[in-house]
Amino acid sequence: MENIIELDNVTKRFGGITALNKASLKVTRGEVVGLIGDNGAGKSTLIKTLVGVYSPDEGDILIRGKKVNAWNALKARESGIETVFQDRALTPQQSIVKNIFMGKELRYPFGFIKEKEQIFEANRLIREIGFTSKLINAESPVGNLSGGERQGVAIARAIYNKAELIVLDEPTNNLSLNETQKVFDFVLNVKKSNRSVLFIGHNIYHVYDISDRFVILDRGEVVHQLNKNEISTPEELMKIMRDTIGAH
Amino acid sequence: MSNNNSYLSNYFHRNGRALGSIGYFVLLMVIFLVGAPEAWIRPNLHQSVFVMMPTLIFLTIPLVFLVASGEIDLSFASTYAVAAYVFALLVKNGVDPAICLVLGIFTGAAIGALVGTLIVVFRLSSLVASLGVLFLLRGVILLLSNSRSITIMEIDSHWIYPLLVGNFYGFPMQIFWAAIFVIFCYYFFNKHVFGIHIQHVGDNSVSAEQMGINVNAVKIKAFMFVGIGSAIGGIFTTMITYTFFPTQGFGYLLLALAAVFVGGTPYWGGLGTIIGAVFGVGIIAYMEIGIIAIGWSGEWRQFFNGLIILLALLGHRLHGERVR
Repeated sequence: MENIIELDNVTKRFGGITALNKASLKVTRGEVVGLIGDNGAGKSTLIKTLVGVYSPDEGDILIRGKKVNAWNALKARESGIETVFQDRALTPQQSIVKNIFMGKELRYPFGFIKEKEQIFEANRLIREIGFTSKLINAESPVGNLSGGERQGVAIARAIYNKAELIVLDEPTNNLSLNETQKVFDFVLNVKKSNRSVLFIGHNIYHVYDISDRFVILDRGEVVHQLNKNEISTPEELMKIMRDTIGAH
Repeated sequence: MSNNNSYLSNYFHRNGRALGSIGYFVLLMVIFLVGAPEAWIRPNLHQSVFVMMPTLIFLTIPLVFLVASGEIDLSFASTYAVAAYVFALLVKNGVDPAICLVLGIFTGAAIGALVGTLIVVFRLSSLVASLGVLFLLRGVILLLSNSRSITIMEIDSHWIYPLLVGNFYGFPMQIFWAAIFVIFCYYFFNKHVFGIHIQHVGDNSVSAEQMGINVNAVKIKAFMFVGIGSAIGGIFTTMITYTFFPTQGFGYLLLALAAVFVGGTPYWGGLGTIIGAVFGVGIIAYMEIGIIAIGWSGEWRQFFNGLIILLALLGHRLHGERVR
């Protein structure tokens, strides 16, 4: 399978602190990778490096097997890497369609908006990622949606922005079981469309349920990587985490 | 059926506030009609309203854009006079009135841009900062004009006079210009990148910024638009009365703001309604003139203006609180 992105021995320092230390990680097409680690393990530095907010001090970033120099946010987006941050960057009083196209509206000359095309496309996108309720369509205000559904709108927007890899930063935080399941359904649909997801979470059970592969991060280092078929319960994953973290 | 429901609920989400203000307008008409039918069927009452409404529309509609972007501007009432002053002074000095018109509107845009930049760059409260500009500009006008008015009877013979404020089969021309302005603004607010970005910015400026919208630029443009609207209003009024007054525009300050909120645009940003604002203007204008027309003394006017603002706000609460 093709590697969408590969980090090869990436190091990132801030002053005297090494936030990432020779971290290596790859995400192949169509897989869901769960990134786990304690607070301060370097998760957010890793995410920000992936999406080009930081460029590595040492090590390489490879996109579909090719090394990319001077890595930045623009190159990350051009490579099809989109992040959905915790606050989701939505405007709740506006409709779903306006949110999906926020800042990237389809325009006629002189800046008028192709409203019909946008609504058609937004309806297609939200159905594609798994909105089933007939009460919700592209013109529904985001403020009427639940937390999980809002996550879905943000994911739909990432897909519209031609994402190949969607980075979800703690997408199930503060969500009920029901809402978490909705987010999982969205993620599975993203996977089905042959795109990849990097799923960052605090809750090991959530990460275990949705991911095909796990990457454990501790003090800036990738201390363990394993496939889901190597273990059979989330408890096992937790045990591995406990054993690896702090042991190296 | 459920599809129908979502269609209806989306429709009300989009248009509820406009429909509300149309409702208040109709209610006000009915009250006047029942209360004073003989005054109400006289055409001259409606004619005076039609003379007043265009100016108020030029002031109010751009304010909807600004309030929807999460800001407010009080200085427009002075910008109105500055633009009118520039226009009248240039006309008086023999410059072609068409050029004066353009320069006057340009003045309004420039003042708007300055006020907007001041507020956005220094992160000032737009309410307080624009209050300061309101007084400052009024002071400048009083000093420059020596508190004297300027009469420009000569405008009468120029082609822009009949075109802009002349009479068309009994209708003042400014009504047509105001109508065109309203239609333009409706599309500009609802179907144009400018209006859509304003709504995103007013709704959640952090999200808008994250999605690549230049929040500061959007806000400054909204202030400029208010400046342009005020300039048009000021110049039109100066042409209609052939006179620039140094105190011109002050009376519109609170009326225009009232029209925005009575029209259903909430104060918190992210939402706005152009159609609602037009009816808000209608309500304010009919209150101003209707009270006198039905033979009540002028003292009642402010009382009813206040009452209707409060009633309208209470009514618009039916459309719900801010969603986060």
